Amino acid sequence: MIVLVTGASGFLGRAVAAELVAAGHEVRTLQRRPSGVDGVTDFLGSINDPEHVARAADGAEGVIHLAAKVSLAGDPGAFQTVNVEGTRTVLSAAETAGVSRFVQVSSPSVAHAGSALAGVGAEPATPEHARGDYARTKAEAELLALSRDSDAMNVIAIRPHIVWGPGDTQLVDRIVERARSGRLPLLNGGTALIDTTYVDNAASGIVAALHHADTAHGTAYVLTNGEPRPVGDILAAICIAAGVQPPRWSIPAALGRTAGSAVERVWAVRPGADEPPMTRFLAEQLSTAHWFDQRDIRDALDWAPAVSIDEGLRRLAAHYSETAGPVV
Amino acid sequence: MVTAPAATPPLNLPGLDPRFSHIIAVAGSGADAGLTRDWHYLDTGAELARLGVPVIGTILAVHGNPTWSYYWRDLLNQSLAAAGAGAPAWRIIAVDQLDMGFSERTGIHRPLAQRVSDLSAFTDTLDLTGPVISLGHDWGGVVSLGWAVDHPAQLTGVMLLNTAVHHEAGKPIPAPLRLARARGMLASSTVRTPAFLETTLALTTDPLDAAVKDAYRAPYRTAARRGGIGGFVADIPADASHESFPELERIAAGVAALDLPTLMLWGPRDPIFSDYYLDDLIERLPHANVHRFEGAGHMLAEDAPYAESVLTWLGDNAASLTDPGSSALSPREAFAAAAGSVATGSEVAGSEASGAEAAGSAATDTGADAAPFVPLWHNLDARRDDTATAVIDMSTRGSRGPQQVSWKQLADRVSEIAAGLTAIGVRKGQRVSLLVPPGPTLTAVVYACLRIGAIIVVADAGLGVKGLTRAVRGSWPDYVIGEAPGLAAARTLGWPGVRISTARLPKVSAAALGVSYSLRDLITLGASTPIPAPPRAEDDAAILFTSGSTGPAKGVVYRHGQLSALRDVLAQHFEVTVDTGLVTGFAPFALLGPALGTRSVTPEMDVSAPRTLTAHAVAAAVEASGAGMVFLSPAAILNVVATAGDLTAHDRTELERVRTFLSTGAPISAELLSAAGTVMPNAIAHSPYGMTECLLVTDLTLDGIRAAAGDANTGVCVGTPIGDNLVRISALDSDGVATGVPSTEPGILGEIIVSAPHLKDHYDRLWLTDRAAVRETGIGADAATPDAGDASDASDTTNAAANQPTRWHRTGDVGHLDELGRLWVEGRLPHVIVSSTGPIAPVGAEQDVEGVEAVRRAAVVGVGPHGLRQAVAVVETIPTAKRPGLASPELTAAVRASTTLPLVAVLVVPQLPTDIRHNSKIDRSRLSEWAEGILAGGKPTAP
Repeated sequence: MIVLVTGASGFLGRAVAAELVAAGHEVRTLQRRPSGVDGVTDFLGSINDPEHVARAADGAEGVIHLAAKVSLAGDPGAFQTVNVEGTRTVLSAAETAGVSRFVQVSSPSVAHAGSALAGVGAEPATPEHARGDYARTKAEAELLALSRDSDAMNVIAIRPHIVWGPGDTQLVDRIVERARSGRLPLLNGGTALIDTTYVDNAASGIVAALHHADTAHGTAYVLTNGEPRPVGDILAAICIAAGVQPPRWSIPAALGRTAGSAVERVWAVRPGADEPPMTRFLAEQLSTAHWFDQRDIRDALDWAPAVSIDEGLRRLAAHYSETAGPVV
Repeated sequence: MVTAPAATPPLNLPGLDPRFSHIIAVAGSGADAGLTRDWHYLDTGAELARLGVPVIGTILAVHGNPTWSYYWRDLLNQSLAAAGAGAPAWRIIAVDQLDMGFSERTGIHRPLAQRVSDLSAFTDTLDLTGPVISLGHDWGGVVSLGWAVDHPAQLTGVMLLNTAVHHEAGKPIPAPLRLARARGMLASSTVRTPAFLETTLALTTDPLDAAVKDAYRAPYRTAARRGGIGGFVADIPADASHESFPELERIAAGVAALDLPTLMLWGPRDPIFSDYYLDDLIERLPHANVHRFEGAGHMLAEDAPYAESVLTWLGDNAASLTDPGSSALSPREAFAAAAGSVATGSEVAGSEASGAEAAGSAATDTGADAAPFVPLWHNLDARRDDTATAVIDMSTRGSRGPQQVSWKQLADRVSEIAAGLTAIGVRKGQRVSLLVPPGPTLTAVVYACLRIGAIIVVADAGLGVKGLTRAVRGSWPDYVIGEAPGLAAARTLGWPGVRISTARLPKVSAAALGVSYSLRDLITLGASTPIPAPPRAEDDAAILFTSGSTGPAKGVVYRHGQLSALRDVLAQHFEVTVDTGLVTGFAPFALLGPALGTRSVTPEMDVSAPRTLTAHAVAAAVEASGAGMVFLSPAAILNVVATAGDLTAHDRTELERVRTFLSTGAPISAELLSAAGTVMPNAIAHSPYGMTECLLVTDLTLDGIRAAAGDANTGVCVGTPIGDNLVRISALDSDGVATGVPSTEPGILGEIIVSAPHLKDHYDRLWLTDRAAVRETGIGADAATPDAGDASDASDTTNAAANQPTRWHRTGDVGHLDELGRLWVEGRLPHVIVSSTGPIAPVGAEQDVEGVEAVRRAAVVGVGPHGLRQAVAVVETIPTAKRPGLASPELTAAVRASTTLPLVAVLVVPQLPTDIRHNSKIDRSRLSEWAEGILAGGKPTAP
């Protein structure tokens, strides 16, 4: 299958593109910078430029749309432009090109209820309740994408939750860097149970969504490793894998939830990054449980994570032992 | 009083479907003769007709005071939903009595007889034909029963919620009603102000929703509309001079003659219709199915799932409720006969012959194929001239040194007390609560009660005052025998029963404690009273209360045949003979010594604190009695092992005599049992598994424990079934419910189901619990028939050969059987973690985790939604953690590595919550809630 991946220069986008290549697909990518993935054809450009998109989509059978604006702050109009209008452009181009399968990579934040989530499924996206421009525009984008689901083009939405792994300069390296400098506290003892997703599993799940879009389309699924852990556990494990001292101090959650607190900045994402996983919203919520029912997605996509959290941590440790230190 | 027409309720009352509301004009009767009265009532009839389902019977529901038909809304809704889903359809008609609810305000005084007549007029107008099952609450119960006794042609069954039909002359009516009726109070508390209404609405266990409260208030908004409330309170016949007293007496007498299926659902926390009235109703309707919802109160319909219970009962009894002639025996006959058919092989022993025979000869086999019933007191009679020592009490309670009682003395004392109890009016079937600590006095009282057929009620002081009060009030004893502290508690806490003191008290003290007799008084009073015929095997003998560590304590009823079977299984399995001799550091077994016909000795200890028992005291008890068998609880064993260093050479020689040693009451580790074994080097150590409902299920010796230690099976091995016992597993389904057909297939996780000759008969006044305990265990002959290739066939054949009706009990424990027929216990049913991959029992993983060096004790509990629960380990550490929280990364890794069960989190706590009684049963339900809270991100507090 000829598959177009948007946003393939990001951490998850690269993994998805590589997974597609490995699966024997003919892969094209569309983003502003070279993807750096072996075996793909890069189409450099903007998803807001219909011509760029049309050119990349021409002749494609499948589209995996990851490109998005992820940022703490900024002009709400920019979020709208990239996340909503960009998605609209890609959807239209895909329809014109006769694409039959379309995977919208979304975020669990599109359906956030504001309280602890324990064992819930993928609730409908609700832009009106979303917290922040990122979540709101991603929610709109997901609704938009699913509204274009048809017999001709099967649309499916996948919401990976907290993607991590070797080479992740956003989340993992920031945790390690702050822990190294002793500036990584836990919230309420770090006991909140959260789901995370090892990057290879996120990639294989998204590719499985492409493969099963014909039967599973029209629906949104949350994707995780299915191994919830206390946030303090995961932070400590990542630190240990990187060879730094795990966090030993805890601050009250109420303080942690205050905008601009030390904890929030840990999870902050550099403006301009072109992939979804880390948001301010998430930072605010790391003191409450976020874990999900994985039964439906595993059934619908006939998929299961191949890499356990423990194995992922071993790979992370191997990665750090090979590199001089985290790249910040 | 003011008049007003009938009306329909507002349309927006929560839970009330306006389609149920109807108004009908009824030709008046009695004081209303010649008039027409408009009734408002709720009726599912039209909706059932719309569904097109055939109605198999009608429930006529009558509300009490000051409620209205709204009280029955759940039953209307649920019965209609069930009929819509294909279940047999019961039509529900719930009336608003005249002057009540939305029915007409008549302005006429309506005493009880008038109200009963009113209801008849209503059903006549409706042309209601049978079958009809009456249902009533509060004073509506009396009115409904009045209708019931007057309509034998239509009536097929009776259902009651917190009500009463009789009040003992001379006994004051409940205080809240006295107050409401007091001169000058009546009108103001019931009519002029809504005080009586508001008080009633406040009686629920959890506060009612404001909207529901408003719905109850809806028909009683003004004083003019509340006249009926005052009328009802004024109509309570507090004494024989009251105008409604004759009608109440007529109804009460009629009720006592009803021979129809009967259901009583009760909320014990009722300041008006207390257990006193329940007890009275049970006496009139002994065949009734009774369930007390512990914790629920007067407004039972708001406090308990009464509608489900009613529908369950209707379903169970559908055949006789719809066709009263369909069963061979009437409910009363079936109740009387049930004793014979469910008791262990005692069907024939139930004949009049055995009852008339003298004590001691009741052991005679009166039937060709019935096992002989040897009563528990048989050896007391057999050895009543024997001056050898029967009981030795070396406990620290008596300060005059060891107390020795010969067989003759004990038999005489039992006879004297039996005669004395008879003299003061204690009769077969009456309940006697025993608040006496273990010792010779308790032993004598127990056997005296059993001998005359009085039912002993035994609750462990370990239940605490609250639990004990619940237990005593729930079983509603007719008599209480106790020492001063127990009687003081009985007085203070308002426990029922005529009080009898074990010691003779000064008059002033006796009066202060409300004590009517001392045991010495009884003996004097009974000097010339003959002892009545002994009870039969199928008569109730004892109510033992569960420990309360697995929910509110439940009364477990044993019949005489079952107690005798317990004695026999103990004697056979452990080879107890007349010469064995018992040292009993565990109270329940101390009572069985005389039954076993062997000498028993209580060692020097505080019997209420097993941990006070020393190794030397055990040796001294063995020496004093020549005992070859020792019963100890794990707490006692712990101290015996700890004090073994103080044993003299002489002590050790004495302990070499012991051949059998039992650890009973709670699980014990192989290490501790093994250590106890070194104190008694020639003894075979046993650790039987059982519960209050079946005290001996399986048995395992120390060698068996050691053999099981390296086994791949998960859980605690408790050995193989004792004697004729049967053990089955009802597999858990993916939803964690034990739905599997009970089987002996190895390796299947499920609820443990047991059958034994000495299994309890039923739970006291807990019909729903009883029903659940035997749910889908109708495996009788089929399951007892061996299947080819089944490892445990041999024992089953023996059991099947016993030719007894098989009675089963769902234990609430989960586990599995192995290839060798051994039972492995893996936890309690409510503690099973229902994960997305199926049910997980906690004990196996807990054992794995406890293998980690830094872990002292572990509990594995679930968090998250049902069906998707995730397992969490909560551990006590060495050294003890200062505060609860996440385990260190190192400990987390070690704990995860110790077990194959995926653990989402490892939490440490300074101390796991356990029951007070054993300090061993971890409260996993509470721990699960706690873990859920902190893993949701809550502040880590102590569990």
